Amino acid sequence: MASSGDGERRRVVVTGVAGRLGRLVARRLHRDPSYHVIGLDRRPFIDRPKDIEHHQVDLRSKRARDVFRTQRVDALVHMGFLHTPRATSAEHYSWNIGGTDRLLEYCAQYRVPKVVVLSSANVYGPRADNTQFLTEDAPLLAAQAFPEMRDLVEIDHMASSFFWKAREIETVILRPVHILGAVKNAPSNYLRLSVIPTLLGFDPMVQIIHERDVAEAIACGLKPGARGIFNLAGPGEVPLSVVLRELGRPTVPVPHPLAKPLWRAAWRLGLNSFPVDEFDFIRYVCMVDATRASRELGFRARHSLRETIHAVLDSRE
Amino acid sequence: MGAGDWLRSRIDRYVDTRLGPDYEARSRALTVRQNEFGFDPFGFSLGSVKYVVLVSRWLYRSYFRAEVHGIEHVPPAGRVLLVSNHSGQLPFDGLVIGMALFLDADPPRVVRSMVEHFVPTVPFVSYLLSRWGQITGTPENCRRLLSDEEAILVFPEGARGISKPFSQRYQLQDFGYGFMRLALETKTPIVPVAVIGAEEQAPAVNIKPLARLLGSPSFPVVPYPPFVPLVPLPVKYRLYFGEPIFFEGDADDDDEQIEPKVKQVVHRIQSMIHMGLRGRRGIFW
Repeated sequence: MASSGDGERRRVVVTGVAGRLGRLVARRLHRDPSYHVIGLDRRPFIDRPKDIEHHQVDLRSKRARDVFRTQRVDALVHMGFLHTPRATSAEHYSWNIGGTDRLLEYCAQYRVPKVVVLSSANVYGPRADNTQFLTEDAPLLAAQAFPEMRDLVEIDHMASSFFWKAREIETVILRPVHILGAVKNAPSNYLRLSVIPTLLGFDPMVQIIHERDVAEAIACGLKPGARGIFNLAGPGEVPLSVVLRELGRPTVPVPHPLAKPLWRAAWRLGLNSFPVDEFDFIRYVCMVDATRASRELGFRARHSLRETIHAVLDSRE
Repeated sequence: MGAGDWLRSRIDRYVDTRLGPDYEARSRALTVRQNEFGFDPFGFSLGSVKYVVLVSRWLYRSYFRAEVHGIEHVPPAGRVLLVSNHSGQLPFDGLVIGMALFLDADPPRVVRSMVEHFVPTVPFVSYLLSRWGQITGTPENCRRLLSDEEAILVFPEGARGISKPFSQRYQLQDFGYGFMRLALETKTPIVPVAVIGAEEQAPAVNIKPLARLLGSPSFPVVPYPPFVPLVPLPVKYRLYFGEPIFFEGDADDDDEQIEPKVKQVVHRIQSMIHMGLRGRRGIFW
């Protein structure tokens, strides 16, 4: 590592670096002597390795711009999205859409040759008439059923129009399936509930991916030459019930006409943190075909189904 | 270990003994892709299929006493589209064809059929059908399974066929063209199938005003309790499998070019139906 000077290393800005997944990505790139990681997050970076640079700033601030203006940046990994169900939609909009818009603008202005945006396979939306495996050209219909997803869909659209507009920049959009691990996202939180509600009579096939596999996929996306939109799938497909059985948690099947009102009431009382509309993810299929990622990025999930499922109970760093 | 687990293990043991060694041998002879939990990418699992096989086998052998002709025309391996007439208000014709391929074909094959788009919204049916190998009817799903060399059953008459009234028995309804485009695109042979019997299993009339009121494609009524076609009559099923037909051409051709090819399949099925009707002694025996 010492042999290569800082000048030859690719300088990668990682937004949202202080989150669980952000730290995994930072560590993954940090281990690789060809990268120099520059974190960008308004939260402090806990247990930061010394040679990872961290700027504790708001993405929309002038100081975030300075990160791009005052130094050479070779790549941006954008994964710093706000997804706090309790925050207002105005706050979400301003942070997610405003922030992404600024970042892409800096990349165009300061000639950042590589942009990797972490979107999600959820943008396709769980639907009864979904084909079993959606390819990258399927329409992004998630926002039709639930407005909470609008931001995510819009970010994906912004990134793909950036991909077409800024042709000299290699833009990579990654759409991973449900990410499981110590990460605090909706599917992992759901699987960590002490009693897990399910919908009576529904048991869709789900795809899951280990958080470390996502970090690896981001590293694949950073490789020179890689560009385009890529679905990321994990080791395979299983019914939701198998995931729950594997975790050994008690479940409560709720008839779906009752589930929504009950859940909405619990949400109002602050008893849970899942918006009602996310129920569709445990009702309908929303799975992707990830052959393009394996063919063009050379990405394959390394963790088995069982390891991926049990990763939600894993608390080690 | 709760009461539920105890019950499940008792049922499992009962089902296994009733199914016997023949089922064991046949299910082992199937080529099924499975992951570490025993599921294929579409949710099919041999483990959950045995319960439905027990019931279906009884329907197939004892209730409908199915008679199968020409099953050797179904290729033993590789992609194939089985195209059949559709009737009888409830899709027992699909079940009987599936059983014929599992119990009477050599080697046995799993046949997968395409279900309507509303099916995934129905509790229990949604996932049970997928565990038993049925798939949501989208062209992409069909294409994917054919490229994985699976056998797919299609009813190009769709809802028009299954919900037609008794007065139109053995009259084929209009065929959709989608199956032909898929066959051309994926270079898949078509095996025409004629089902005799299903057309008489539920002699129904269609109450159109009620159907319109409920917004469903039809509202069939049968002249015996419970008046809705839930239980089929014990008609005798006769299945005729025709020789595979290979079509060549461009899948994106206009309907005018596709139509004669579809007609060819329709005529083949129609003539097998006529042959079968001429040869039978009665509806129930």
